[in-house]
Amino acid sequence: MMTPVNPSTPVLEVTGLAKIFGGLRAVSDFNMTIQKGELVGLIGPNGAGKTTAFNMITGLYFPTHGEIKFEGTSVVGLQPHEITRMGIGRTFQNIRLFSNLSVLDNVRIAYHFHSGYSLTDGILRNANYSKNERELTEKTQDFLSIFHLNKFEGEIAKNLPYGQQRRLEIARALACNPHLLLLDEPAAGMNPKEITELMDLIHFIREKFDLTILLIEHQMRLVMDICEKITVLDFGEVIARGTPVEIQNNPKVVEAYLGKGAANVA
Amino acid sequence: MQNTLVEQNSPPVDLKPRMSLAWVGKAFLIALSLLIVYLLGTNLAKNPSLFANIILSGLQMGFVYAMIALGYTMVYGIVKLINFAHGDVFMVGAFVSYYLVYRFNFQNWPALFFPDMPPMVVVVIGTISVIIIAMIVCVLLATTIERVAYKPLRNAPRIAALITAIGVSFFLEFFGALNFVFSPRFIPYTRPFEVVAWYIDGSGIHSIVAGTQPPANAITFSNIFLIIMIVSILVQIFLQFLVKQTKMGIAMRAVSYDKPTARLMGINVDQVISFTFAIGAAFAGLGGVLYAIAYSSINTQMGILPGLKAFVAAVLGGIGSIPGAFVGALIMGQAEALTMGFISTPMRDAVAFAILIIVLLVRPTGIFGEPENEKA
Amino acid sequence: MELGFLIGSVVKIGAILAYLYGLLWVLGHKKLWVKIVGVVAAFAIVQLAFTITIGDSTILNEFDSGLVFQAASMTMIALGLNLIYGFNGQFSLGQWGFYGIGAYTAADITFRWINGDSRGLLVVGIGSILGAVMILGIQKWLSRLRGVPVLSAFTFYLFGSVLVGAVAVVIGNALNPAISPLLGSAYEPGPLSQGIWLQIVYFLAIIFAGVFAGEVSFLFGLPVLSLGSDYFGIATLGFTIIVNTLMLNSDTILPFPEMKGGRGMIGIPKLTTWFWAFFFMLMVIIIMRNVIHSSTGRTILAVREDETAAKAMGIDLASTKLLTFVIGSFFAGIGGGVYAHYIGFLSPGTFDFLAGFNPLIIVVFGGLGSMTGTIAASFGWIFFLEGLLRVLLGQMGPDAPTWRFVLYPIVLLLLMLIRPQGLLGTVEWGFLKAPFVRPRENQHTASDVVEG
Repeated sequence: MMTPVNPSTPVLEVTGLAKIFGGLRAVSDFNMTIQKGELVGLIGPNGAGKTTAFNMITGLYFPTHGEIKFEGTSVVGLQPHEITRMGIGRTFQNIRLFSNLSVLDNVRIAYHFHSGYSLTDGILRNANYSKNERELTEKTQDFLSIFHLNKFEGEIAKNLPYGQQRRLEIARALACNPHLLLLDEPAAGMNPKEITELMDLIHFIREKFDLTILLIEHQMRLVMDICEKITVLDFGEVIARGTPVEIQNNPKVVEAYLGKGAANVA
Repeated sequence: MQNTLVEQNSPPVDLKPRMSLAWVGKAFLIALSLLIVYLLGTNLAKNPSLFANIILSGLQMGFVYAMIALGYTMVYGIVKLINFAHGDVFMVGAFVSYYLVYRFNFQNWPALFFPDMPPMVVVVIGTISVIIIAMIVCVLLATTIERVAYKPLRNAPRIAALITAIGVSFFLEFFGALNFVFSPRFIPYTRPFEVVAWYIDGSGIHSIVAGTQPPANAITFSNIFLIIMIVSILVQIFLQFLVKQTKMGIAMRAVSYDKPTARLMGINVDQVISFTFAIGAAFAGLGGVLYAIAYSSINTQMGILPGLKAFVAAVLGGIGSIPGAFVGALIMGQAEALTMGFISTPMRDAVAFAILIIVLLVRPTGIFGEPENEKA
Repeated sequence: MELGFLIGSVVKIGAILAYLYGLLWVLGHKKLWVKIVGVVAAFAIVQLAFTITIGDSTILNEFDSGLVFQAASMTMIALGLNLIYGFNGQFSLGQWGFYGIGAYTAADITFRWINGDSRGLLVVGIGSILGAVMILGIQKWLSRLRGVPVLSAFTFYLFGSVLVGAVAVVIGNALNPAISPLLGSAYEPGPLSQGIWLQIVYFLAIIFAGVFAGEVSFLFGLPVLSLGSDYFGIATLGFTIIVNTLMLNSDTILPFPEMKGGRGMIGIPKLTTWFWAFFFMLMVIIIMRNVIHSSTGRTILAVREDETAAKAMGIDLASTKLLTFVIGSFFAGIGGGVYAHYIGFLSPGTFDFLAGFNPLIIVVFGGLGSMTGTIAASFGWIFFLEGLLRVLLGQMGPDAPTWRFVLYPIVLLLLMLIRPQGLLGTVEWGFLKAPFVRPRENQHTASDVVEG
């Protein structure tokens, strides 16, 4: 169903996106265009609607208004799993691993839709099953070793240290083979050393998997260091966009974070 | 601040699914409801007085269900638990009154102390005291269950609590079915007062003399019907008042919205939950006594199906909503009576659950429920 | 005497479980000759146990095999429920209803067959095959469209099923005159209603009963699986009650006079043997194991663990749940067929929704997400509670059997309070374990950018 992507087509094009819960406007008139290979940050105070925007892009929420185009195709109204299969991977703000399953299985689940064999093959345990299951497992093991998780592969996911759980979640999202990766507060709860490691990891996967990345983050150090472009949301609306330097000097942004009056001081 | 201005800016994009087939489901539902309306209409035209009698018996059932459904809806609203044992509390209420009336002749106690009292007053006071004792026993039982079985599981997965509730329900049924407790038999219930029935025909209201049949075209009703109706409506008004006007009611609503915050506001959450169980159990006990008086046969498993149907009624009305439970219960009573009258008696249970499934499909929040805000 | 009986029973159940486990081990063995020798030896052991006498009776007697058949069908039902609830996280109380559907369907096929009526097999067989084709076809068509509401999809499937049913009845009625002369009657069996042919019909009857139960569960599950877990529980409980009501009125509301409504269906040929019981049970166990340890099986587990994350991993939540529900009900249907042909008599009382909590208790007891636990718990349940306690308590007084039902909930409550994940948790033994994955050290430590 996918046509070859024209290089000039933006990876993600969001126009006029809005979501209203009851009477509450969580997101209104959100516009954003991301070109291939960009690393874009989405910041804003708590409750600004960042995660809601993510949930609409990945299909968990149905937008009240607006259009979302991924590589030129509209994804509004598609089921979340269909959107994932088109090539949008994501992680969650509060880590959502399959906590009682092993690290290996966590990643093998993400490989499911290109497992290469059907349920019937699985029930019959035929040659097709054995071959593909072995390949799948080896692929997963290779993949885990890229992330230095191979020594944990038999471990139950919830027993991993916190930093490794974040890493596993990113690995799992990448196993879905996305073109666009959405990271929802990847640095939440990390100490400065772990944040440095995370920044290295993000640079590394971006090169290695040829990714376009959109990330939500509160850790300004991380955002300012690695993002090329930043969009700022406040009360569901875009209040600024630009390079890290522009954003740092934008009075509206300072106001949104620190309140009125602070802008004059800054 | 500029939130309201946004609407004009955003381009009008059509978000309708591209190949909408929603009409197919709607057409199916409309056809189904037309069929039901047609069936009811032809039966009404055929024999209006039979139809009216069926409606009245449905009302009687509905008012009893309403008293049980209130407990379900309040408990679910607060702890999100389907309290399976609620139907068995109802059963215990009926049995307590049975023992009081049959073994101890308790409804005559005022006559022992005040021999001059008119018999009418003796019966009224006696029956009320029987009901109050049954309610107290039910309250004690329900709070014990809550302490022993549910409280330790408050932070466990919801399904663990549901299985526990099923276990408690089984325990009450089968413990009650032991021979030295209630015995597993169907027991004919001795009423604390006599049944008086009336009929209405073209010439007015007449009382039915025992042993005679009312005329064919008459609409009959009894004093039990009137009592159940009045009591059920009073209970409904009382609960509305409780929840809307009193401090406890405000605490209950707060706990149902957000338990941690309610705790921070200084509300004793455990006490509120116990109180909710107690209120629900009191009215289940009341319903049990009235049910037993109306249908005059009791059994340790009598609470299961009325309990489940009351739960369906609570879901139908919108779980967590007190007027919803009341309206839902009345609809359930009608559905059941009409099925018994015009389709077949055994199908009444099937219809009750068919209603549940349809409601959950079409409007999962029920008639009075507010659509839930999704939040991941 | 009672002590001896007690010890004997404990030894017997242990021996039977060890036997079952040995059989599974043999079937899972890599070498073909081990499989063949093992299976032959297994059947020889059973034959010997029925012939060798110790004291005044054979090692195994009719009472024991009755319990084994019951335990086998309970294992299938409980495994199905564990798949739905333990592995997929959907709290279902409908398993007993599908069990009943399977039992009545299979019984009706063979009952009609031995009474000179082939329509049971023809209609159910054609109907379930066409039904499967219809479901798969409509599913494929609907998957191309965007945003079809559940209710509309349900309407399509419902009308499809009605159509398929009508076609099956027409074809069955048309073919029946050609086959029925070969069947004879109950008193004078024709060539097709005895011997190997009857065994084939028995096999088909049970498979079709399972498929039919699976298709009913598809139709029922499609609309209700999207509900939250406890609403789903109540809706499935309602399903069990509806099925039971229909059984009670099978001769008045439904057009099946031979089922005799509330009086119970009698005269079902008792065709379940030790071979068939184990055959179907092993089939169910092996299918279940292979499903769980396939890629699809891992998505089933993922849905239990975290629905939102599962969606984000590209898993189609609705169809995974539906698939699990259908497979689980298929197992229940097969279990029902085996049970019906062991007991020879079906009464709606057996399929009362109260008894429907038994598989739930077994699954919870054995461990949510443990096949080993479910199998052991099913056998233990039947042997201890149905066999042993009924005999022992029966000697203690008229009230005593009722005490069993007082004990179950207490055990269940204690279990929920102390060990809510069940006795075995998610532990699996031997044959039922996931295929071993050899850890790979070495390679790809290249990038020094990422540190462990």
